Amino acid sequence: MNSVHDMGGMHGMGPIVEERNEPVFHDEWEGRIFAMNLAMGAWRKWNIDASRHAREMIPPAEYLRMTYYERWVSGLVELIVKSGLATRDEIESATPAAGSAKAVPAANPNQALARIATGLPAKRNVDVPARFKVGQRVRTHNMHPVGHTRLPRYARGRSGTINRDHGVFVFPDTNAHFLGERPQHVYSVCFAGRELWGAQAREKDSVYVDLWDDYLEPA
Amino acid sequence: MSPDLPHRQQHEHDHQAVPSDPALRVKALESLLVEKGLVDRAALDALVDAYEHKIGPRNGARVVARAWSDPAYKQRLLTNADAAIAEMGYGGFQGEHVVVVENSTKVHNLVVCTLCSCYPWPVLGLPPVWYKSAPYRSRAVLDPRGVLREFGLELPEDVEVRVWDSTAEVRYLVLPERPAGTEGMNEEALAALVTRDAMVGVGKVSLSKVVSAA
Repeated sequence: MNSVHDMGGMHGMGPIVEERNEPVFHDEWEGRIFAMNLAMGAWRKWNIDASRHAREMIPPAEYLRMTYYERWVSGLVELIVKSGLATRDEIESATPAAGSAKAVPAANPNQALARIATGLPAKRNVDVPARFKVGQRVRTHNMHPVGHTRLPRYARGRSGTINRDHGVFVFPDTNAHFLGERPQHVYSVCFAGRELWGAQAREKDSVYVDLWDDYLEPA
Repeated sequence: MSPDLPHRQQHEHDHQAVPSDPALRVKALESLLVEKGLVDRAALDALVDAYEHKIGPRNGARVVARAWSDPAYKQRLLTNADAAIAEMGYGGFQGEHVVVVENSTKVHNLVVCTLCSCYPWPVLGLPPVWYKSAPYRSRAVLDPRGVLREFGLELPEDVEVRVWDSTAEVRYLVLPERPAGTEGMNEEALAALVTRDAMVGVGKVSLSKVVSAA
């Protein structure tokens, strides 16, 4: 979707502010919502692509106004409601509906830590042929899906070179909408700075973008 | 940059603008989820503790120091980072597939996630606010040299800048240049020099740590 989360190449966002000795979480609630996002993922009612999509669905003005973890609050609430793990009424009242089932058992500390130590690989060990080879010239589709995509606007309809083949991965554009994983090759595609930004880019500089087979055509 | 401005002050306006206090909202959400049996409070405590105290840029610094000290390890790190990082005991969530890119006198690598906040958690921990914020995400791809200048890093004209936009589930770690004058140092001393910023590519490692300390 063409929303404000896709901000590569925009102007006017202000200076970069680096905080000295920055804490991991600035307030206790940031750590709690971070941990709740991780813990709730264990119910497997959604996936990482759906959770990214929930955050990019926040209306643009609100997205820009919110702090990072405020977006995580909003995204998690939407996922919980849509997946039926709790109702909006329950969330607003902070009280389980009378007679509602209690889920058992939630992951204990050891299980939660084991889950982050193992990770959630998005690579799939399936035999899908690669449509492109390292060194090949490709062009990205000029596409504007209303749903989730990981092809940023600044890299649409542009020509680049396959720099490396990362292997076969889950496809976010379908996975975010629970339409299947559609595993396919992901490549690091090298775009000359001048292909993306014109003469203002330095001749030697480049941007490498990780892109799926379905985003690419031969150039 | 105004580096001394505390986060809370920067976002004071934001906090006033949201309809309800996020701290209260999060507290209410947690108690609901606990009551419904969906989360275990002790598991949340353990996750917060892991990312506050165990999983952070010191992990990545040890990887870098070892690569500087052991050429065979460096080779493994550049060709199969997942296995090489696992050798050091690191891995997991948001670091399942890592690629390491090497800085040199000719090439400078810079990592960004323009679409959200992708970052190699097992080796760098959770990203700092600036990495997740609009100014960095919007301009790192468009004007990398200008962004580096904001971090106090002026690159010579003849250096090639490569920006890595983390749009997929591959996470990037920069292997910074080993600074001159560190020849006799052991891995532990070297690791102490390596900054988070250098491993994202917005700084260099310096013996005196004057370049972008963080």
